[in-house]
Amino acid sequence: MTFHDVVVIGGGGAGLRAAIAVAETNPALRVAVVSKVYPMRSHTVSAEGGAAAVAADDDTLDEHAYDTVSGSDWLCDQDAVEAFVAEAPRELLRLEHWGCPWSRQPDGRIAVRAFGGMKKMRTWFAADRTGFHLLHTLFQTALSYTDIVRYDEWYVTKILEDDGRAYGVVAIELATGRIETITASAVIVCTGGCGRVYPFTTNANIKTGDGMALAYRAGAALKDMEFVQYHPTGLPFTGILITEAARAEGGWLLNKDGYRYLQDYDLGTPSPTPVLRSMELGPRDRLSQAFVHEMDKGNTIDTPYGPIVNLDLRHLGAKLIDAKLPFVRELCSKYQNIDPVKELVPVRPVVHYMMGGIHTDIRGATSLDGLYAAGEVACVSINGANRLGSNSLPECLVFGNRAGRAAAVFAARYRNVVPKSIEAQGRDEVRRLTEELSRHADGHERIADIRTEMQTTMENGAGIYRDRDSLAKAADQLKELQLRFTHAAIDDHSTNFNTELIALLELGFMLDVAESIIACALQREESRGAHQRTDFPARDDERYLAHSLVRREPDGSSRITYLPVTITRWPPGERVYGR
Amino acid sequence: MADEITLEVARYRPELESEPVMQSYQVPLREHWAVLDGLSYIKDHLDGTLSFRWSCRMGVCGSCGMTVNGEPQLSCATFLTDYAPGPVRVEPLRNFPVIRDLVIDIDDFMTKLPKVKPWLVREVHSPVEEGEYLQTPEELDEYKQFSMCINCMLCYSACPVYSLEPEFIGPAAIALAQRYNLDSRDEGAEERREILSSPEGIWACTFVGECSAACPKGVDPAGAIQRYKLTAATQSIKDLLMPRSRR
Repeated sequence: MTFHDVVVIGGGGAGLRAAIAVAETNPALRVAVVSKVYPMRSHTVSAEGGAAAVAADDDTLDEHAYDTVSGSDWLCDQDAVEAFVAEAPRELLRLEHWGCPWSRQPDGRIAVRAFGGMKKMRTWFAADRTGFHLLHTLFQTALSYTDIVRYDEWYVTKILEDDGRAYGVVAIELATGRIETITASAVIVCTGGCGRVYPFTTNANIKTGDGMALAYRAGAALKDMEFVQYHPTGLPFTGILITEAARAEGGWLLNKDGYRYLQDYDLGTPSPTPVLRSMELGPRDRLSQAFVHEMDKGNTIDTPYGPIVNLDLRHLGAKLIDAKLPFVRELCSKYQNIDPVKELVPVRPVVHYMMGGIHTDIRGATSLDGLYAAGEVACVSINGANRLGSNSLPECLVFGNRAGRAAAVFAARYRNVVPKSIEAQGRDEVRRLTEELSRHADGHERIADIRTEMQTTMENGAGIYRDRDSLAKAADQLKELQLRFTHAAIDDHSTNFNTELIALLELGFMLDVAESIIACALQREESRGAHQRTDFPARDDERYLAHSLVRREPDGSSRITYLPVTITRWPPGERVYGR
Repeated sequence: MADEITLEVARYRPELESEPVMQSYQVPLREHWAVLDGLSYIKDHLDGTLSFRWSCRMGVCGSCGMTVNGEPQLSCATFLTDYAPGPVRVEPLRNFPVIRDLVIDIDDFMTKLPKVKPWLVREVHSPVEEGEYLQTPEELDEYKQFSMCINCMLCYSACPVYSLEPEFIGPAAIALAQRYNLDSRDEGAEERREILSSPEGIWACTFVGECSAACPKGVDPAGAIQRYKLTAATQSIKDLLMPRSRR
């Protein structure tokens, strides 16, 4: 057994920010980062467009807050949003002081760009590799904090919990297969999202909802799991993200007739140059929904990888594209064999982000004592029913910092009080993992088959549009897949870098997360943001101006309750774009 | 176009094999399929025991470096159709100990990286409330190229010096040191000088340039090393003439 004061699970944007916050808040605390990949491989690396924080003289915190609240279809907590917009500028400046190569204005000040659903230009960017630069800046800065202990390529299988409090984790060292109980006075979950429960996603292979499932199994509540964001512009087949910045810089979405179809969906009228909060700069939920309607009208183009529309960047010219969107050009050329300077880019909606996650308060505290969460894995909520592009990177920083500070205070207060039962729990987990390996050795179901069926089930059951029938069917299918999962086969019996065992454990986590998404979606009988029920097409503030909270019952079933949304200054209203 | 292509994949499981052996698999040959897609097909449908690292599948996380037909490549950005009719030989990156199959041990790099202090060093850090450190687009351009390193290890795999002298801190680490040395906001060049000017630093490099040829992100580590050699040489002469001066 190893002891640390604070254990952070995950080494992406939120995890590294949290670890640095712990180290800065209380240098006497021993903090560790446990990550299933080397931190600089974390999925933050793939974020492209930018990070929102008020910077320009003509912008205000209230405007950033209002854009976020209306973008969320009023499901966010406004106290959380107010804290978020107030702290975001300082966090991005801190990154600047740590060396982040933000793009600049000619006079040396930070440059900002437009982004979807934002009424002012407030998105900081490092060309279109913002997440990459942000992550490497954080990782390299974290190297200077020599007291931060890293467990690189360790896979967490369990959060240790006793009487409503977290006491650490059990993790497998990938290289050796060694299973270790790592106790802690506080645990911060920063493992990101779960896009891999769907078949077509921008999310990296590692985005399997581990942290959500770990917390759920330990007894913490998950929140608003039914809100899954489809980004409107992914490359067909690969699902590689073409950043919203492409539209912010002036790109157009065209249907098969070359028509800017968004004008037909209450998103404004076309203008040759981008207009904020209008047309291609509308929010992601509305744009992805418009795609489905175009498809239903027969206005999309069929390809071997599904129907597509086109993103037109040709009129922007090579100079602008190379300066502001070089990664878009590189990705299109490498993965689609096209040059956006001369050709149309085929795109379709793609699962991108989880608005929901582990329920936390605005300090990052979950419903378990000593357990904190931040970043995409968490749901504070500042994103409500639909996240605005470029709010997620600053969310990682603001709430990574908050969770780190809160965990540091908690860990200092309750130091070294790990109860005896935890040691036994650690031993039980070692036994369970060993048994899993031998039990699955006799399995007859391929991991990939179950995973693929789960993904198809989720797309069919809880896609951009859902209804009672599709969801109920998905719930049944997931139940069956859970059964089949117990017969999943493992061919690999070695302890050393056994990626098949990890794939099995990830699949187990994903099935739990998938079930929580379906359960929440089934219960919410309204349409709001990214949750569109064709059988309940209107927003229902009477019944559902509230967060879904889902908890796991001892028998494995889920129980859903509702928590009213916090409204401070912006009473629920109509979401208006383009008019 | 044929329907299938053969992947010859290096297998090494220390619990089973004393040295790597090659194993052949038939995978579908489809448009847009990367070598990585072929490997995932094997893992999902043919042989669950094959181990390799991958994550973003868009050439930015740096996980999936491998030796493909003798060349260091990101397997997610190297396409099967380019190797048709095959076979395609897939091996772990060279110059590293192999943990298992295509998984290499990069501890050496992870240990060396902090030694070049790849973070912004300032004598005094201003409070963030005072706003950003100003940096013009031209100043940003000075170091931007070296900030593009994704730590994929392709340059170490390509480097003939690293293969002979494992003490060499290597192309990516030096490029990252230069990334900060050339950043107008940084004041840490002096602190990085000892390690960079040591026998394990820039002087080990014989300027073969293989690192820059292998880099999938156009970082040009060889250029970084060459440029620092000039800086270091100039500095040595200055030190001789004016022993107490700094820079």
